[in-house]
Amino acid sequence: MSDTSLDIDQTGLETSSAYCAGDVSDFIALMKPRVMSLVVFTALVGLVVAPGTLHPVIACTALLCIAVGAGASGALNMWYDADIDAIMQRTAARPVPRGRVSPGEALTFGTILSIGSIFTMGLLVNWISAALLALTIGFYLFVYTMWLKRRTPQNIVIGGAAGALPPMIGWAAVTGTVSVESVVLFLLIFMWTPPHFWALALYRSRDYERAGIPMLPVTAGHDVTRRHILIYSLALGPIGLAPVFVGLGGILYAFSATVLGAVFIALAIRVYNRREGRAAEQAAKKLFSFSIAYLLLLFVVLLVEHVLSGLAVTGV
Amino acid sequence: MRLTEEQTKHRRSRSIAIAWALAAMAALFFAVTIVRLGANVLNRPF
Repeated sequence: MSDTSLDIDQTGLETSSAYCAGDVSDFIALMKPRVMSLVVFTALVGLVVAPGTLHPVIACTALLCIAVGAGASGALNMWYDADIDAIMQRTAARPVPRGRVSPGEALTFGTILSIGSIFTMGLLVNWISAALLALTIGFYLFVYTMWLKRRTPQNIVIGGAAGALPPMIGWAAVTGTVSVESVVLFLLIFMWTPPHFWALALYRSRDYERAGIPMLPVTAGHDVTRRHILIYSLALGPIGLAPVFVGLGGILYAFSATVLGAVFIALAIRVYNRREGRAAEQAAKKLFSFSIAYLLLLFVVLLVEHVLSGLAVTGV
Repeated sequence: MRLTEEQTKHRRSRSIAIAWALAAMAALFFAVTIVRLGANVLNRPF
């Protein structure tokens, strides 16, 4: 009898190995907590830098809805991608490939959280931010996961829009609108996503190849990927400074964006130049690690500047 | 259907987590209602 069917034990009662084996921790893992934390942080920054005020309880509600919505996207992604997750070393230990959570449970869990987070956001915060949250979840599931990921090497370029939306949701939670400033925050993450993921794909390309995912290093080769990383990094530098021109960032932010952008480009040049062996892999790993720090630091600086200016205005 | 000891333990932990989540959601809706109504929460017709 198969592993997923009912068996009869010695007492004559049916036991089932198909019954959900997952603990609460497996369902938390299904929500990709590390990705969720970056999403929540960028949304928090969008919420803080937006003009106007929001009651702390409503602000926390908005962040909670964004966190749950991001978790729901992760669960739905793991439901749909269970087959390729099982093949890839990086994702083989996820709850669905390990058999801790069944695909059906992941789908149900993700669907309930998606609907719950969107409607809670709409009812308790506002419907513009709820619509943006729905767009984020829908884009990540239908456009990125189901449509682009297995079809085109541009998957993470276009799909990156889903990860770039959270600051806009935070902004919309306060203002009830979408404005140029929030679009600038969106563009910053959108342009950051391709070099970030392509750096990872450079040293994980065998994994992607085995799973049949057409990441750029698999379809076009490592050299073309290095060129694309460099081009996007060069474009990211000026976009990193764009918040200054729309009044979101001050002197500290301008300085940080310049320095961090220069380091990003320098690391991208190193990836471009080092093409063989361990040096090439290390250059890609370093760029990948730095790219996370880059985005985090830029948003931290934006947050700090706005908190400090808020304290200065209130005379604290 | 008979569950193993581990499955029973996990089901219990999931049930407790769902109960906490539902209680938290009820508390959240209550809190936001109070925040939105503000002082009007005390404005009752006699």
